[in-house]
Amino acid sequence: MTEKTLRKGNEALAEGAIRAGCRFFAGYPITPQNEVPEYMSANMADAGGAFVQAESEVAAINMVYGAASTGTRSMTSSSSPGVSLKQEGITYLASADLPCLIVNVMRGGPGLGSISGAQGDYFQATRGGGNGDYHVIVLAPNSVEELGNFPKLAFDLAEKYRMPCMILADGILGQMMESMSFNFDPVDPNQLGKFDWAVDINKNGRKKNNVFSYKGDNLIADVVERAKRYGYIEKTEPRFETRQTEDCDVLLVAYGLSSRACMEAVVKGREEGLKVGLFRPITLWPFPSEALRSAAKNAKAVVCVEQSLGQLVQDVKLALNGAKPVYLNAYPAGGQPDGGTILPAVKSALNGGTEGLFDLQRHAEGFSYECKRDASLGVQGDWKGGK
Amino acid sequence: MYQGIRIAGFGGQGVVSAGILLAQAGVEGKKNASWLPSYGPEMRGGTANCSVVISDGEVYTPIVAVPDTVIVMNEPSLPKFEPLIKKGGLLIINSSLINSRPTRTDIKSVCVPCNEIAEKIGMDRIATLVAIGAFCRLTGAVSVESVVHAMKKVYKRAKPEMLELNKKALDAGFEAVK
Amino acid sequence: MTILAQRPKSLLDVPMHYCPGCGHGIVHRLMAETFDELNIADRVIGVAPVGCAVFADSYFACDMVQGAHGRGPAIATGIKRSKPGAIVFSYQGDGDLASIGMAEIVHAAVRSEKITVIFINNAIYGMTGGQMAPTTLVGQVATTAPKGRDPELQGWPINMCEMLAQITGSKYLARVAVDSPQNVIKAKQAIKKAFENQVNGVGFSMVEVLSQCPTNWHADPMKALEFVRTKMMPQYPLGVFKDEGAK
Repeated sequence: MTEKTLRKGNEALAEGAIRAGCRFFAGYPITPQNEVPEYMSANMADAGGAFVQAESEVAAINMVYGAASTGTRSMTSSSSPGVSLKQEGITYLASADLPCLIVNVMRGGPGLGSISGAQGDYFQATRGGGNGDYHVIVLAPNSVEELGNFPKLAFDLAEKYRMPCMILADGILGQMMESMSFNFDPVDPNQLGKFDWAVDINKNGRKKNNVFSYKGDNLIADVVERAKRYGYIEKTEPRFETRQTEDCDVLLVAYGLSSRACMEAVVKGREEGLKVGLFRPITLWPFPSEALRSAAKNAKAVVCVEQSLGQLVQDVKLALNGAKPVYLNAYPAGGQPDGGTILPAVKSALNGGTEGLFDLQRHAEGFSYECKRDASLGVQGDWKGGK
Repeated sequence: MYQGIRIAGFGGQGVVSAGILLAQAGVEGKKNASWLPSYGPEMRGGTANCSVVISDGEVYTPIVAVPDTVIVMNEPSLPKFEPLIKKGGLLIINSSLINSRPTRTDIKSVCVPCNEIAEKIGMDRIATLVAIGAFCRLTGAVSVESVVHAMKKVYKRAKPEMLELNKKALDAGFEAVK
Repeated sequence: MTILAQRPKSLLDVPMHYCPGCGHGIVHRLMAETFDELNIADRVIGVAPVGCAVFADSYFACDMVQGAHGRGPAIATGIKRSKPGAIVFSYQGDGDLASIGMAEIVHAAVRSEKITVIFINNAIYGMTGGQMAPTTLVGQVATTAPKGRDPELQGWPINMCEMLAQITGSKYLARVAVDSPQNVIKAKQAIKKAFENQVNGVGFSMVEVLSQCPTNWHADPMKALEFVRTKMMPQYPLGVFKDEGAK
């Protein structure tokens, strides 16, 4: 293993992408991922690639669509509101079977939200986000080291299955510095073979290639055929990490930065005599359902720790299918867990308490709400004035 | 050894880059380290702070909610960060700029007149490095030598004279908390 | 026997879906002739739009990419920057280029992307069935302007060549029509120039083609040609609006 160096998450990601053979980057400024385009603008040309600061997120993802059509390892990065804008391009990329890397360094939402790190885009990432039936592979790093090494994995998976791959990170991972090392040799994209589907200069008179997402009469067959790939990926590509799950009474489930706080909770909890374990999905799609089921086998309860208001917990419940009680320890809109805030939830899950556990119905108990129009403020027609 | 540290002060006192320096010093000492700034609009002025973790083993979350050590370089940071410190933890106070005194008795508080010491060395703006020198001695989390090694990587464009001054500040801080 | 005219090699021998009297087919042919004549057929990569020309990828012999509505210039940017040796074109209609894709076309010109844009202006949304386009004329009836375009409610038509001419990065801008043999010849010259520019690395080049849409104008083909001449040309004068190509 090479020596560890201190790197900022966003820069490790950008350098990792270039090392992984990425030679096209398009993006639009948005906090907290700005170091990615900044790094690319400084280094991509030297690597022999192209950097374009696009006029919008929409344009950026479509530039990636164009570059990916040529078989070039291409990527864009953004943060939550920007990734919302990219959904048009992502569904086209999925439909045109184009490999590429999309990075979301998540921030608090909805809307403009905040620039604090968050995990509110789990649904958007794992449920498609754009229109139609499709998936993207979603990788969730929890360290700067993984942030730097996942671009290689992402491009390899994206190309293997001809589909977009997303790295779902968050603002804290992007902004933090950490000791890390790259675990792969730099890829020389000039030495990579060509794809038989890519558009290119065609000196040898090969058959014409078209890249398109419009399938007309073939759409049903096409979507059903692609679903076989999705099924195969669900079977073969789930990735995860477990910690002390064999004997745990309470299994924590968390991805990304939240899982780091859970690592601490496992250690602290066991110091207090609580048998806590951790299951960390690394691929959010495909979700490692089977592995989760076996990790939870001996647990009395499962607690999801997520920086969102009950998104990951849905996949956990689907995977466990009622076999275990599943609770939620939630930190929405830029809130951050630490070891100390998780343990009360662990205790509640064991003893039937409520501290630290979020339940939407309990949250709304005794609450009623109705917004009413008020004619005493004037009526809507007032603006017509003299007309 | 697992040290969660918060360093806080005015923007311009170099608390954020001092944090990077500490994290890099951790790496120089073959430890794992993380650094996290408080980023966003507040970095445009006013009080800045950052979180650093140095660990023999793995680093958990880089967010240091309950620090082992807090270094405060200006007055407003003291009431803000003193309450967070872990029981039995350490508080290093820049007594040149902070007149108030800590109220907690369950932590160890050490006053270091960082700006006065820095001025004697010849440069007021290296006061935060004096505090880092004190931190090295009080915690043993990193050595002054590691910080000196780290400087060459973190302050890449610094002139040799400047690095020499920085080293003096570290040493003076180290000596000040004998 | 001497062959005087034949289908250009760059145009595939397949039936087109365009309506009788439509201008798209003429423009396709002029482009294909250009690829053959400039001997660039083996390095042309095209981008087909959303709209009536969505199937253009089936008609040109070159590699083609079909993308999202209005994003042609962005997609072409990605292709050209990845394959600088390729000759890349974006083929777009008026709704695609002048409405939903306004940002993409303007900024491709701002960056002076070394691409060629063929812009078909027929003052109507064709594929979706005759809705008002950004280039629909004042008073022109559309399914979403049933009483005719009213500037008070819907604003005025937009003149893209004139607008893009203000941008330093645009290097060649011409407006042509395919309503008569003479104008078709001039259109060919402009299209050829726009691709020659790309071969010479000049920068952003666009040809706007006033094209007839008998179906959605509810006109027979001859009346449609008349509409181009009498109604469209006063709003959209033909000519070269910018020519900063290499000598």
